Amino acid sequence: MESYPTVKSILLLDSEGKRVAVKYYTDDWPTLSAKLALEKSVFTKTQKTNARNEVEIVMFDGYIVVYKFIQDLHFFVVGGDDENGLILAAVLQGFFDAVGLLLRNNVDKKTALENLDLILSCLDEIVDGGIILETEGSVIAGKVATNGLDSTISQALATAREHLARSLLK
Amino acid sequence: MAEPLVKKDDDRDDEGYSPFLGIEKGAVLQEARVFNDPQLDARRCSQVITKLLYLLNQGETFTKVEATEVFFATTKLFQSKDTGLRRMVYLMIKELSPSSDEVIMVTSSLMKDINSKNDMYRANAIRVLCRIIDGTLLAQTERYLTQAIVDKNPGVASAALVSGIHLLQTNPGIVKRWTKEVQEAVQSRAALVQFHALALNHQMQQNNRLAVNKLVTSLTKGSLRSPLAQCLLIRYTSQVIRESSMNTQTGERPFFDFLEACLRHKAEMVILEAARAITELSGVTSQELTPAIMVLQLFLSSSKPVLRFAAVRTINKVAMTHPLAVTNCNIDMESLISDQNRSIATLAITTLLKTGNESSVDRLMKQITNFMSDIADEFKIVVVEAIRSLCLKFPLKYRSLMNFLSNILREEGGFQYKKAIVDSIVILIRDIPEAKESGLFHLCEFIEDCEFTYLSTQILHFLGNEGPKTSDPGKYIRYIYNRVILENATVRASAVSTLVKFGAWIDSLKPRIFVLLRRCLYDSDDEVRDRATLYLNMLGGDGLVGETNQDVREVLFGSLDVPLVNLETSLRNHEASEEFFDISTVPKEVKSQPHAEKKAPGKKPTGLGAPATGPASAVDAYQKLLLSIPKFAGFGKLFKSSEPVELTEPETEYAVNVVKHIYDGHVVFQYNCTNTIPEQLLENVTVFVDASEAEEFSEVASQPRRTLPYDLPGQSFVAFEKPEGVPAVGKFSNLLKFIVKEVDLATWEADEGVEDEYQLEDLEVVAADYMLKVGVSNFKNAWDNIGADCERVDEYGLGVRESLAEAVSAVINILGMQACEGTDVVPSNARSHTCLLSGVFIGNVKVLARISFGIDGPKQVAMKLAVRSEDQSISDTIHEIVANG
Repeated sequence: MESYPTVKSILLLDSEGKRVAVKYYTDDWPTLSAKLALEKSVFTKTQKTNARNEVEIVMFDGYIVVYKFIQDLHFFVVGGDDENGLILAAVLQGFFDAVGLLLRNNVDKKTALENLDLILSCLDEIVDGGIILETEGSVIAGKVATNGLDSTISQALATAREHLARSLLK
Repeated sequence: MAEPLVKKDDDRDDEGYSPFLGIEKGAVLQEARVFNDPQLDARRCSQVITKLLYLLNQGETFTKVEATEVFFATTKLFQSKDTGLRRMVYLMIKELSPSSDEVIMVTSSLMKDINSKNDMYRANAIRVLCRIIDGTLLAQTERYLTQAIVDKNPGVASAALVSGIHLLQTNPGIVKRWTKEVQEAVQSRAALVQFHALALNHQMQQNNRLAVNKLVTSLTKGSLRSPLAQCLLIRYTSQVIRESSMNTQTGERPFFDFLEACLRHKAEMVILEAARAITELSGVTSQELTPAIMVLQLFLSSSKPVLRFAAVRTINKVAMTHPLAVTNCNIDMESLISDQNRSIATLAITTLLKTGNESSVDRLMKQITNFMSDIADEFKIVVVEAIRSLCLKFPLKYRSLMNFLSNILREEGGFQYKKAIVDSIVILIRDIPEAKESGLFHLCEFIEDCEFTYLSTQILHFLGNEGPKTSDPGKYIRYIYNRVILENATVRASAVSTLVKFGAWIDSLKPRIFVLLRRCLYDSDDEVRDRATLYLNMLGGDGLVGETNQDVREVLFGSLDVPLVNLETSLRNHEASEEFFDISTVPKEVKSQPHAEKKAPGKKPTGLGAPATGPASAVDAYQKLLLSIPKFAGFGKLFKSSEPVELTEPETEYAVNVVKHIYDGHVVFQYNCTNTIPEQLLENVTVFVDASEAEEFSEVASQPRRTLPYDLPGQSFVAFEKPEGVPAVGKFSNLLKFIVKEVDLATWEADEGVEDEYQLEDLEVVAADYMLKVGVSNFKNAWDNIGADCERVDEYGLGVRESLAEAVSAVINILGMQACEGTDVVPSNARSHTCLLSGVFIGNVKVLARISFGIDGPKQVAMKLAVRSEDQSISDTIHEIVANG
């Protein structure tokens, strides 16, 4: 086991398995074709499952993949097969929630591509070189949208924070 | 985005729309010129960077020149005060990973950002700078980084700490000076800062056991804020426990209380981490396991797939070493067989198959039958393999397991799946004699409706070899002849060959087989007709006197003793008109193919793929070859021939490998040489062997190779005498000597030639060469039968080993024995393992060995070796081999 939890890759694919945004943090897939092969097998192996409510998980080729779908977007986080799957799931959920906040719940491929700058910044704030930076969706979104935000995102963030605070107080 | 692009497909409307439709690298690079405008349009620049990042993300690459241009243009954007644009600039710089002279261009801008008032700038600039910086620059900026580590803004502190973890790989000297600040950050109130500080702190000290011990001791008393930090602490604690286990052999395991307390943590990831840590403790007791298994059992019924998966996976691993500890979970496991998530369901089934006892097999099979219909083939294969090993474990249950296999064989499925099932049935037939008749019958039924030609022909071949030896061979004829009527030409031809085997073996069936074969003479396919004609002649079905029974069987059941490739080459070179082709002139060695063979080490073909008489037939071929050399004829019966050992690197001028042939009182080295230079012809090829490091051996004969043309393998032999029946060992150095002649490729004329030599690698004769790998199907029976009269038991310390599996395979290799019942496979994380070996030692003495391995914390492996044989001195010899190995 790694001495600290390590994320090997985060993938955001569309409903045909094409890239929307991807990030690779290790040398497990050194070439573009190796990366595309991973994306293809991740996509086909999960395609027929229902991952719209709960985070789902699959293990193959020595990797653990946690995933969640919404509309025509497929979110994946890949880790080594010895990694704590719940930590990977926390990363996935953080990414998922942050994207939801940043896209104001219009989470689909079109909106994601139109706001690709936000998506890429979001990925940048979640994991740095395989090390988890942050897993709380509202904090990630807050870091991405520090400035130049229109009121609706700030509003959404405030609601999310309040919601979080309340859930912690329970 | 720039301008709405024209949609290509109006029907699909919004669906196909992408702001990047039709994007092109060249055009975007042109657009990047706006970065140089005196009046920067921040929005426009952001869009262009996003496009560049999009291209990179889609796998597009920039040439060195393009990257440099973009980099320089991007550095201009630091002039803009727009925060959105600045973030994009950071991302762009990281993506471009500039060279060190380029880095200087942005260092001052990034330093300015690190010292700005905007926390987002500071955190990001630190991460960017640390990503691209080198040692000298790092030393200059060190002061700012250590300040950042203890910054009150958690984002800034985390950025510095995480960067520290990365920099530790490249500049450990500098980062290790930050200890004071990092330790202060471990006490941070911010959850993630604590996590990152802990990770860095541990990375800095990971080789200092005392420091890690101290860290764990102090932290396990307090409470960490973040679940992630808690998970880290659990990992470090396991490390400390692993390393301290040899100091405190007796008494309480240190820190176990902490791990157990973590099972009650509120965060699930911490509970899982702790449960996994406990299950992986070395020499874990069932008392220690109980609380961990209890929390995992609760996870099994969680609504979250991730939790169920984690639990079933951990329990699955425990089941390999402590099946009894997890039987309490069996009921929950059984309900998971129908889990929507197939990874979970498959793990549940394989766990149950491991923990199940003989009495639960039938019930389990019933449940699995329902499950099989709706999972993917790849999972079905896992299940089939688990069932195969279950069947070998409980041979008495073969009936219901065989039924199960035949049932799933009838259902829909792809080739790999069907092949896995057929392979399993074949293995069961081979290892469980009682299963033979029903197994063959199931295979017959299967080929009645089999869409895979490969499987049909393989099964027909297998049926031909096994069917005639059953109690009622006649009943198979119908199935086989049906193939002749209904199938494609390939299958028809195989069926003809199979029919003949029945005819050759059983005289009473002969007349009926002849009738069937004569019908095949009118087949539409020439191969089928040819085979039928040939076989009718051989068996004397056309009224003439056929060949003798012995010859017929030789042709039908014997294996071709020359490699097909060589036969093909020889046939091509043969000039048809001049003389008859003589198969004995075909070289018998396989051309060395180190690459192809080494690809799958240890993955021997099993089931149908493996020739049923594999090792024996190889020995037969060698035996024939050696008998053809008069010098060696007096050596007696060949005991064993080793696998070829390469004596040259791949792709050298001359490829040489050697096969060691072991006789009772002699050893013959067969050097298989291949000349890989088209312009050369080698003559009088001999191997000069220096046996000064092999005292018990003395050279008695050698057989040079007269000519060695390009690419046609040839062999040279050297024979040694050694004390009779003694497993003498030694080291031999080899020198290839020959006359090399240059060949004119146009005229094929060779010149006079000169003497030359070529150094080969050394060769060793080891104890394992005197051991034949011969398996037994039921080890326990064989062990009991041989009795304890000549048993010898001893314990050995194997010292520090990489893993248990490595130690086990090393011992198996030293002994050269066959692992029985799959005991050569060591479950990962296993702390102990028992390996069952069998073999025949020189002098035809059957030997069985039972070896119990154990590994403790610091990878010290010990083993207890029990050897039984029919001869006490042999049992002792085996122990000597191990003691000297």
